[in-house]
Amino acid sequence: MKIILRDFKKSLLISLWFMFLTFPLVVVRVNTIENVVVWRWSNLIWVAAGSFFLSYLWRYMLARRNRRRKIAEEGVETRGRLQMLLENEQLRNRVLAILLALALVFPLVFDTYQTNIMVTALIFVVLGLGLNIGVGLAGLLDLGYVAFFGLGAYCYAILNHNFDLGFWFVLPIGGMIGCLFGVILGFPILRLRGDYLAIVTLGFGMLFRVIMENWETLSSGPSGIANIDRPGLFGLEMTLAQSTTYIYYIMVALVVLTIIVTNRLKNSRIGRAWIALREDEVACVAMGIDMGRTKLSAYALGAFWAGMVGVIFAAKTTFINPASFTFMESAIILSIVVLGGMGSILGVILGAFILILLPEYLRAFAEYRMLIFGAAMVLMMIFRPQGLISGLRQVYTYKGHKTHVGVKEQPINE
Amino acid sequence: MNESGRKLLEVKGLTMDFGGLRAVDSVSLTVHEGEIAALIGPNGAGKTTFFNCVTGIYVPTKGDILLHPQGEQTRRLNGLKPNQVTEMGLARTFQNIRLFGGMTVLENVMIGRHCRTSSGIFRSILRGSRVREEEQQIVEDSYYWLNKVGLEKYVNEFARNLPYGAQRRLEIARAMATDPLLLLLDEPAAGMNPYETSALEVLIRRISEEEKIAILLIEHDMKLVMKISHPIYVMEYGKKIAQGSPQDVRNNPRVIEAYLGEEVEA
Ligand SMILES: Nc1ncnc2c1ncn2[C@@H]1O[C@H](COP(=O)(O)OP(=O)(O)OP(=O)(O)O)[C@@H](O)[C@H]1O
Ligand SMILES: [Mg+2]
Repeated sequence: MKIILRDFKKSLLISLWFMFLTFPLVVVRVNTIENVVVWRWSNLIWVAAGSFFLSYLWRYMLARRNRRRKIAEEGVETRGRLQMLLENEQLRNRVLAILLALALVFPLVFDTYQTNIMVTALIFVVLGLGLNIGVGLAGLLDLGYVAFFGLGAYCYAILNHNFDLGFWFVLPIGGMIGCLFGVILGFPILRLRGDYLAIVTLGFGMLFRVIMENWETLSSGPSGIANIDRPGLFGLEMTLAQSTTYIYYIMVALVVLTIIVTNRLKNSRIGRAWIALREDEVACVAMGIDMGRTKLSAYALGAFWAGMVGVIFAAKTTFINPASFTFMESAIILSIVVLGGMGSILGVILGAFILILLPEYLRAFAEYRMLIFGAAMVLMMIFRPQGLISGLRQVYTYKGHKTHVGVKEQPINE
Repeated sequence: MNESGRKLLEVKGLTMDFGGLRAVDSVSLTVHEGEIAALIGPNGAGKTTFFNCVTGIYVPTKGDILLHPQGEQTRRLNGLKPNQVTEMGLARTFQNIRLFGGMTVLENVMIGRHCRTSSGIFRSILRGSRVREEEQQIVEDSYYWLNKVGLEKYVNEFARNLPYGAQRRLEIARAMATDPLLLLLDEPAAGMNPYETSALEVLIRRISEEEKIAILLIEHDMKLVMKISHPIYVMEYGKKIAQGSPQDVRNNPRVIEAYLGEEVEA
């Protein structure tokens, strides 16, 4: 109660201060034509109410966060209701089923423009899930992830342009190429950690763009490659709208595949090794996990999805150039993972939709778009640095038989 | 404590230099099967460094580390990676607890089973019956160890939320899950209250007797060391200054000198 009163007072003072500060700007207006001063007192009330409300909200949120943190430090775990719900596998599956149903009817309800935006969002979902393997699960910060995406896209563009190879043929090749380069680039960074890893991967990302801009014979340089074939369906002729819908469904299928695969891996022997590597590298190797192999597999698998979805990207836009694969894209994909919650599949999906769709639909506020975006990210990092969805536990059921040494024994009394 | 057991770990003239600093200076040490050996010494004596060399975290400057598994060829552990050493049958805990804080208690122990299981990426994606069986077996085996160290009530807690003493025991469970021949414990009683320490003593004894494995223990708690271990090796400034039974070590003038001011009496 006392705290509330104190916050109240402070917020009141802050709102007074703001009234004072903004007074000359929002209240007084000198009309130079009629030589009169207009006093707009109503504005002052808005400023007062607004700043009071915001400041109070801010204080309330901060206090709540600190309270939670304190409880957590005392060893008592606080588990949000959402977390509890999400740990319930049945419920989680139901949520996913509903989402899938919604996804399937989407293009029937909305127009081509909306579907197109959705395809972009889904592309970033897959990219987020792919990067999540390396960054979220294995803890390998990668700032050049977009290079694998570009690799897949250029792979399709070049093969399609020069050898007339079809989309479905190149799709797995794109993934494989991504994977291959993941391993090749993974080797030199095996020994690096943290900041160093970030810098080197940043370099890789830049390198890709520079090569594509300058290797004219292969990539036609900055002007890019145009007239890439859209995905074919038994040689059927498709209108633009139909083709968009088709790509949309391909993307939905790929997202589902990615979710299934990453989810299975996450809860497997391999996935646990990734997470252990993220938590403590020294302890991880001391427990018998091969660091090199584990890191490479995480890196290569992440690259695999990027390569694959790169092919779809090239087929969707029918035109690619190096400008589509800048650091900005890497940063967005990384933000998706961080915002959603490192290591959480559901979180990454949510993060991708928020980060891709929000700016899209905020076009109405075109000028403030990036401002809102930035503010949202800052607030997010203050109040939920662990991401939207995090700290879900995998619960394993114990059947109580077949222990390798035989009978279950009496535990030692504490 | 059967001294007549076969040699299991044999370290000869182990030396480790950090630049100009010789942290371990030609230390030789032997652990026999079924033994609880102890390595003691004042702070900074080089005990942890010795462990790190044996378990492959550091590559020793000189010396041999030999493992003689029963019925198998002798293996030289120098230059092996830590995970290979663990596969050979040496498991360890850390002085400054190194658990996987963001994983559950059960998952921590499951990591210990990693090197004794085999599902790879593709099989994990397909998740056939063999993979599922192996997964279930990992869970069962991990439960076995959690029960044994008395942590079964924490199974689904995050490891970082455990009380301190429980974290130390979880480290032991995780190490034991790797099916070791030799367990290396680096100050397992550090930070424990007397009550927890006596529970730990029982645990170490039980592991040694029931699992029939050898244990090498670094510990500052002399009471605990004198009670459960035989032979004791004493290090000071990187050198081994004494070895023998608790009685010998306690009465050794060099050891008393090294520990001047510290209580050696049990
Ligand atoms: N990585 C390293 N680089 C340089 N010097 C090191 C390194 N690790 C240990 N040392 C030095 O080696 C010496 C022995 O350290 P070590 O940690 O092995 O001692 P210890 O016997 O385990 O001591 P304590 O009882 O305090 O744990 C110390 O002087 C320490 O500073
Ligand atoms: Mg030490």
